[in-house]
Amino acid sequence: MSISTSTNTETDSMFQLKGGLYPLTVLQLLGTDLRIFEQQLETKVQQAPKFFYHAPVVIDLQKLNQSQITTNTTIDFNNLMNILLKKNLVPVGVKGGSASQQTAASTAGLAILQDNAKESSHSQTTTLERENWHHSLGEGEQVMQNSSASTKPFLSKAETFQTDTTTACNSHYKIIVEPVRSGQQVYAPGCDLIVLAPVSHGAEVLSDGNIHIYGPLRGRALAGVTGDENTHIFCQSLEAELISIAGQYKISEDIDQSLWCAAVDVFIKSGHLHIRPF
Amino acid sequence: MTKLESKIVVITSGKGGVGKTTTTAALGAELANRGHKTVVVDFDIGLRNLDLIMGCERRVIFDFVNVIQGDANLTQALIKDKRSENLFILPASQTRDKDALTTEGVEKVLMELKKEFHFIICDSPAGIERGALMALYFADEAVVVTNPEVSSVRDSDRIIGVLNSRTRRAEQGLEIKKHLLVTRYAYNRVQRGEMLSVEDVQEILAIPLLGIIPESTAVLHASNQGVPVTLSGSSDAKEAYRDAVARLLGETTKANSQKSWKKLLEGLRLFSRSHV
Repeated sequence: MSISTSTNTETDSMFQLKGGLYPLTVLQLLGTDLRIFEQQLETKVQQAPKFFYHAPVVIDLQKLNQSQITTNTTIDFNNLMNILLKKNLVPVGVKGGSASQQTAASTAGLAILQDNAKESSHSQTTTLERENWHHSLGEGEQVMQNSSASTKPFLSKAETFQTDTTTACNSHYKIIVEPVRSGQQVYAPGCDLIVLAPVSHGAEVLSDGNIHIYGPLRGRALAGVTGDENTHIFCQSLEAELISIAGQYKISEDIDQSLWCAAVDVFIKSGHLHIRPF
Repeated sequence: MTKLESKIVVITSGKGGVGKTTTTAALGAELANRGHKTVVVDFDIGLRNLDLIMGCERRVIFDFVNVIQGDANLTQALIKDKRSENLFILPASQTRDKDALTTEGVEKVLMELKKEFHFIICDSPAGIERGALMALYFADEAVVVTNPEVSSVRDSDRIIGVLNSRTRRAEQGLEIKKHLLVTRYAYNRVQRGEMLSVEDVQEILAIPLLGIIPESTAVLHASNQGVPVTLSGSSDAKEAYRDAVARLLGETTKANSQKSWKKLLEGLRLFSRSHV
């Protein structure tokens, strides 16, 4: 980004495309009776109205199609969207579901989001879903996962190093040899990230794959950002502000003191974040 | 006589109040003393104080913005220091603000200064916005002024990141030489654990150390009188700045050795008995 000048010529760009990572609520549809859905949704929204106010929502159809009764059913997306909008939720997209369901969703104006890491190998990841709440519409219970990190800054072109690789993880990696400074963000799309220098306070390193830091980690590290729970974060000295694997995170306050400044391997086991010194 | 290549050095920090202006004046005056034609440029438009520290606030007629906007030429705006024949000041405007600075305008002025001066020392304002970005954009080298204290170190780290990506040299894939100057160093406070040690700061910032300037009452005295520290009476800060300039010029190789740092810190310890 160059310093803006006082004259605005005709050749100045009107816009710029950038990658961004945002937390989104996922609404997993478990049934197709939209009348009951609306009633149950009303109850749920009443429990935490502020949380739901203008929340962008991704509709997950995966569970729907696993059920014997409702495989590949037609869903009235226009009706569904209206119900959500009435409750001040903002439907932005759909994930999972059959091809015909996705087409119907697309016609209704919803974006089709990639399902999981195995399917996605695109180089321009623009939104990232983080599962905040699982809504079980049948029983009304909630399972809260460790929620995602709050607002993520843009992947600013000036200060990050973007690779254009579209190959799968493990066959490529990105190496950083200079310290990652406060305010900088490094993202390795579709591969591992290797950092041969310290990661400062206020810096962020992200990867679709594993993150290896041959030095102290003082900032934030987020591995498996497209949902791969089998990724790890390795560092020589854990002093992190935040560590996250596939959206499950811990902040420095929640890290056991005995692990502080230790060389560790962070991973997910049985659905929880584990930190193992080595 | 070979013409030495002219250098633009930015004095920056991110954090405010760490000693950028004091350092600009001190380094500028010492460089001039050693025979290099030097100009110190104030980039803090609207909040100028380099002219105060240099003691020429009553002689400001035209300023940096006037020159950019063509109201005056460089010769009219440059103020010659009365104490040192090689030292000049280009003051900032007090009535305008940073929007008055344009990339082309700043470039034009700096290129013109490069023809006449060996060293162009740019006093950056605090922050990472337009004023600070303008000050560092054309720099060949940078002195990152840091207090041995957590928020200053964090901000310095940030500004180093900015130097690596938002300078013209970075855009052209060239290295910008960065120097760490630790200022307001108080040995006793470091011993008590109230302040970071120089090693701690170096470990985080990972750029070569230029000098350690001790906390000193001499700095306040000098600024009150409008005299750069290196032109005032002898003091610990003055010696430390002179040492830093020697290192900046690559003069003494012994200054780079571990032994001489230990000696310097020992000297600071002795001085510290009479201070904080």
